[in-house]
Amino acid sequence: MVRRPRSTTWLAEHAVLAVNRLSRVLRWGEGTVIGGRAGLALDPTLLSGLARGRQVVLVSGTNGKTTTTALVAAGWGGPVAVNDTGSNMVQGHVAALAGRRGVPAALEVDESWLAGIAAATRPAVVVLLNLSRDQLDRANEVRRVALRWRDLCATLTDTVVVANASDPLVAFAAETAPDVAWCDVATPWRLDAVSCPHCTAPLAFAPTGWSSACGFTQPRATTVLTEGSLRVDGVDVELDLALPGAVNRANAAFALTALSRVGVDPRAAAVRLASVREVAGRYARRRWRGGEVRLVLAKNPAGFSAALEEVAGAPGDLWIAVNARVADGRDPSWLYDVPFERLTGRTVTCLGERRLDLATRLDYGGVAVIVGDAVPDPPSDRPVTIVANYTAFQEWNARTAP
Amino acid sequence: MRIALLYPELLGTYGDGGNALVLAERARRRGRRVELATVTLDERLPAADLYLLGGGEDGPQRLAADLLRRGDLVARVGDGARVFAVCAGLQVLGTTFAVEGDDHYDGVGLVEVTTVRGERRSVGDLAVRVGGRLLVGFENHGGVTRLAPEVRPLGEVVRGRGSDGRHDGFVTERAFATYAHGPVLALNPWFADEVLAAVLGEELEPLATVADRLYAERCARLGP
Repeated sequence: MVRRPRSTTWLAEHAVLAVNRLSRVLRWGEGTVIGGRAGLALDPTLLSGLARGRQVVLVSGTNGKTTTTALVAAGWGGPVAVNDTGSNMVQGHVAALAGRRGVPAALEVDESWLAGIAAATRPAVVVLLNLSRDQLDRANEVRRVALRWRDLCATLTDTVVVANASDPLVAFAAETAPDVAWCDVATPWRLDAVSCPHCTAPLAFAPTGWSSACGFTQPRATTVLTEGSLRVDGVDVELDLALPGAVNRANAAFALTALSRVGVDPRAAAVRLASVREVAGRYARRRWRGGEVRLVLAKNPAGFSAALEEVAGAPGDLWIAVNARVADGRDPSWLYDVPFERLTGRTVTCLGERRLDLATRLDYGGVAVIVGDAVPDPPSDRPVTIVANYTAFQEWNARTAP
Repeated sequence: MRIALLYPELLGTYGDGGNALVLAERARRRGRRVELATVTLDERLPAADLYLLGGGEDGPQRLAADLLRRGDLVARVGDGARVFAVCAGLQVLGTTFAVEGDDHYDGVGLVEVTTVRGERRSVGDLAVRVGGRLLVGFENHGGVTRLAPEVRPLGEVVRGRGSDGRHDGFVTERAFATYAHGPVLALNPWFADEVLAAVLGEELEPLATVADRLYAERCARLGP
């Protein structure tokens, strides 16, 4: 075997750091993708060079990647390399690892990049959160992704796959892995897993789990999350999160299971999770233009469904902002897969480039709307919750940044 | 008026259930009584005035075609029911379509159309001239659909590809179909009312909704 001389990796790594520094100084951007690109041009195998000699946890899935990755990093204790700017493809991973030799890494990975990133980083743990419809115009039909993951999992001989047993598509993907830590987090989203991934017969959902006529059944889990309790790999864990909602309790359950499998005590890790109050602006409460606003990210039907659960009863006003740029998916048809009827009785201010699509959806769903053609001022006497999809969230995050 | 949304778990990838909601709501706001039934794949086809079919992935599309061939959709339509289909639903109504692993899968055969695999997927905005009006929407499919000479296309493509780059969808006495998937009736209130009027067999009074603004905005963006 011919070993790539160490100097190539070294040179490429320093190129990443230098370009990113320059990018930040010149205010081109946050400086992750561009530096990563430069480094990879010098050394296409840079990621595997950088990943060598450290523990790596990869986190993938349609929803919860960024938050779960942040929770893994926070729970680990000590320095952790994270791609926390949300760039979850190879350039972002390279940028996160450059200059952080020997430090363990928590990396969120785009669903369709997972196989390549896993091959390059030889992770200790791969977390598979969930699979549901997202960015429909990119034709990443959900089941195709599940099949690709399934092929990948069969090859993960030195990796623990932490997988969502409640999600039939994830279970289908992960059942080929030699070592799986199954998590039962009672995923409420089922629209994308109604027919069995093996035999296409309808899946039966019962309180004890789902099953198919062909014998494909919800795997027995070692991590179990219920409304009032969490057991991680057989250990009872007290969970007291600052992040709101059932969906973040599920994210924490995955993070703690991953940490338990890299040797971190889940009870000690759980205590550290309480310090996470916001993740890249998500859930942040801010003073803005004389009012108080709180930002919630929701990008797709499953994410929106979970977010509505939490915001439907939130005090104050509700604003929802929707764009349909390339990064959002250019087709906002998914608005009709979101159970907005839950907001009946509230008045929603519709914002973003596709505010009319949103207003139409809400109107047909019986929800009162105000079309916000200009950015409104927040009321001074009550808080505002702003739910926004990907690029709309970025805009609101920047607009309200302290 | 009874509307049955067929197999949304198989044919509902793109928010296609929205079309049922829009039709029911536009009828209700005009004081009509509407029953909206969602038919899942373990249920028999109920009697209805209008059946709706959405879009879906290859496997589920195949399963939906099997269920509909075995069921009595064709007989119901023969008895006077109507069908509104988008995307995969359009293909399923035809005689054959192409899915992964099979270039000639049997459809329901309600309309003399066949779908073959196109050279590339068509993903993007779709605008179709239907009579004097514009139908706007979004398409995402890999099919090329050919109509028998006696089948009338829905309209001419102004933007996007539709059935074959020139025409989109089809209209028969009892069926409407378009490649504009998802909530196409939410985007095009006039088209929703055209379908409703056909099903109810009467002229409808105008109905102002916020969807009128949406339609105007999409036309300004996608029109010629």
